[in-house]
Amino acid sequence: MKKLAKSPWLLHYDASSCNGCDIEVLACTTPKYDIERFGIINTGDPFQADILLITGGVNSQCEQVVKQLYEQMPNPKVVVAVGICACTGGVFKDCYNIKGGIDTVIPVDVYVPGCAARPQAIIDGVVKALEILEEKRQGYREHAGKGES
Amino acid sequence: MAKRSIVPFGPQHPVLPEPVHLDLVLEDEVVVEAVPSIGFVHRGLEKLVETKDFKEYVYIAERVCGICSFGHGLGYCQTVEKIMNVEVPPRARYLRTIWMEMSRVHSHLLWLGLLADAMGFESLFMESWKLREKILDMFDATTGGRVIFSVNCIGGVLKDMDDAMLKAITDTCAEMEKELKPIARAFLRDLTVGSRLHGLGVLSAEQANLMGAVGPMLRASGVAYDTRLLGYAAYDELELEPVTAAEGDSFARCEVRIKEIGQSFDLIRQAAAKIPAGPIAVPVKGFPQGEYFTRIEQPRGEAIYYVKANGTKFIDRFRLRTPTTSNIPPMLDMLKGCQLADVPLLILTIDPCISCTER
Ligand code: SF4
Repeated sequence: MKKLAKSPWLLHYDASSCNGCDIEVLACTTPKYDIERFGIINTGDPFQADILLITGGVNSQCEQVVKQLYEQMPNPKVVVAVGICACTGGVFKDCYNIKGGIDTVIPVDVYVPGCAARPQAIIDGVVKALEILEEKRQGYREHAGKGES
Repeated sequence: MAKRSIVPFGPQHPVLPEPVHLDLVLEDEVVVEAVPSIGFVHRGLEKLVETKDFKEYVYIAERVCGICSFGHGLGYCQTVEKIMNVEVPPRARYLRTIWMEMSRVHSHLLWLGLLADAMGFESLFMESWKLREKILDMFDATTGGRVIFSVNCIGGVLKDMDDAMLKAITDTCAEMEKELKPIARAFLRDLTVGSRLHGLGVLSAEQANLMGAVGPMLRASGVAYDTRLLGYAAYDELELEPVTAAEGDSFARCEVRIKEIGQSFDLIRQAAAKIPAGPIAVPVKGFPQGEYFTRIEQPRGEAIYYVKANGTKFIDRFRLRTPTTSNIPPMLDMLKGCQLADVPLLILTIDPCISCTER
């Protein structure tokens, strides 16, 4: 991983999951796993977040909320789908009101499998997301540079 | 009369790990009414029972909720076992008890951490969750999973613990008991914490009974009721005294949960000392026919499981009444008259589990 220039902030949302992956996401921020060492802070405010950690298979009720959160986040942003039910619907795939995966609603950059996803896997996913975030930032900078000239 | 205004609370909120939405009707800073709207985590798991094999459904039942996952598997298995007249071997009953109590320790520590976080006491949150990792390590060693275990099956359990493992568990409990002390002191003695919790959201014993509160919520109002006394799994052979507190406020609820962690350590120790040798599961043949209700004590209170089976491999109806469902009416009652700033804390003191409630 390249050197990090910024401290990315993280937003977590539960889009119809079973809670299993949510408490693992929270466990990642606590002393044993400590993703805060990458300069990450768990914020509750979408307007200040760079990374969206999202769990669950998305039902019809929370679909709007997910879209709204995604739109409220400033560019560039990355989305990490945590847990197999966020990736594909997983165990809830056959349920009558599950859309099946976050990518049916918003674009996803990193998929973290597992039911429940282990903290190590989540950290791995976040680190991947940091790289993608840096790339996207680069893209924006170049884009902005062209605009000026 | 002061002007009324409505403040939306949730579904995405920093304090809540799970989405729930409340419309708070305010008069100045005081809440006069709270109107909940739910459904953000509804997946329709009860319906899934019609299309999944009844043995396979154990895995779905465990994913009703990731915090009380073991209990849901247990409740479902017990109900089906009763319908099919399956006699679960004693060793399996003891193993279930040990895992159930370990779940309680993990769930209560998780709650303590969230409570500290809701008060803005970040270091206490970190300490509680750090301690919780110890019990998760034991889960990892005995079942292979940290939050979802999948060790229950109809007719017993899938994994055994040897003597060395039982000893490791009791040792971990002893160690955790020591490390819990400074955390408990911070919650119960610290002036700042006390000033946030004392006298907040008082629920009298009559009210609690009337509104159908369950679990630590009910016991904190002075009612000594604990479903474990019914003696399912191996609880009939263990010594157990419900933990109660008299005040019925948020502080009492915190105190009850901290004491229950100690009680769980004690139950694990008793069970590890008494556990008999023998098989851990019996083979189950045929399909269930009939219906049955069971009740078990989840970390959050009494949960009710109902199964109606029709003699095929698919079950007709599975119904689950979770503790949070019964704790929401008293919570809405408590919210009336409180300050807006106390709302997140009050919601947390019932230890809400939305994922269970909405399934
Ligand atoms: S992936 Fe599994 S553990 Fe994670 S939220 Fe989904 S069902 Fe729960």
